[in-house]
Amino acid sequence: MGEATPAEAPDWRDEIFAALKAAEIRQVGYVPDAGHARLIELCRDDPEIRAVPLTTEEEGVALAAGAWLGGHRAVLLMQSSGVGNCINMLSLTTTCRLPLVMLVAMRGEWAEFNPWQVPMGSRTQAALELCDVLVYRVERPDEAAETVAAAIDIAHNGGLATAVLLAQRLIGVKRWVK
Amino acid sequence: MIANDPNLDRRLDRRAAMRTLLENRGDLLLVTGLGSTTWDAAAVGDDDRNFYLWGAMGAAAMVGLGLAIAQPERRVLVITGDGEILMGLGALATIGVQRPANLAVAVFDNGRYGETGMQASHTAESVELVAIARACGFKETFDIIDEVGLRDFGARVHNAPTTLFARVAIRTDEPPRVLPPRDGVLLKTRFRRAIAIGLD
Repeated sequence: MGEATPAEAPDWRDEIFAALKAAEIRQVGYVPDAGHARLIELCRDDPEIRAVPLTTEEEGVALAAGAWLGGHRAVLLMQSSGVGNCINMLSLTTTCRLPLVMLVAMRGEWAEFNPWQVPMGSRTQAALELCDVLVYRVERPDEAAETVAAAIDIAHNGGLATAVLLAQRLIGVKRWVK
Repeated sequence: MIANDPNLDRRLDRRAAMRTLLENRGDLLLVTGLGSTTWDAAAVGDDDRNFYLWGAMGAAAMVGLGLAIAQPERRVLVITGDGEILMGLGALATIGVQRPANLAVAVFDNGRYGETGMQASHTAESVELVAIARACGFKETFDIIDEVGLRDFGARVHNAPTTLFARVAIRTDEPPRVLPPRDGVLLKTRFRRAIAIGLD
């Protein structure tokens, strides 16, 4: 585990990780994103969590389905562009009423530098809702962990697909210039 | 490559191959892909421990991975087709990295898209699935062209110490469809109950 920096407010990423642990999440599928870097590191370091790097996000939807069939709770970490890759695979989740929790680091919105991120980023929420995924959006650090916990609860209590969108303003704009 | 194979007619019968792999299955958990391998499994006999995919093409191998990680004490066999695995080829890379000891992936390969009119798939041309699996990190692979090879693999599914990959060369015939339940909620719930997880 990394060394804590004293006299600072807890990092919202660490608080999300604590929420995953409290909810007994056992599998975490991910496609790397800078906004998830800390969370990926924490999951990979945890002996009770199987962190599974994916080549494309839709693999994670199928992974989570298999996990639940076998009794494990899973969470997927991805960037907003990856949501587009999941669309057809979500038919597995909704047809079988499987629980699904996607934590989505947003791009293509707040002060985005790269215009190629905008088409998918600006349609991420609408695309998810079109596929019957329940969407929560987090703008402030203090609401991140409780929103993730709420999504995990409703997904597993109701057999629902959920996504938590972590706003680009929350994550911080990617720096392109040294 | 199937297109140039003079032994085409001697390839395995898909229904007989499914029957062989499910003989004495013990507590084997089965995942099948859209679509002919789902009909093959149903033809051998419906079972609560079969999870049939009726859609979500490309999902079968990854469903098997999530299940194998969650149930390390049981053996998990994925049986899918060449078209289905080709749609999610990255899954072989992902599984090659994870390699749970209790997972086996078998591809019934006829080099055709059987559900849509028997159009040629990439494996009828240049693509070799066993070579891909090896390159992805699978340590034990099988290129099965006869009953002996099939039985070797079938036994290994129950005791291998690493993730297995098998390509099973099957004929291009189209046996009558045998349809299992298609209600996804039913398939999910009965599967979980059969392995004693309890209801949602």
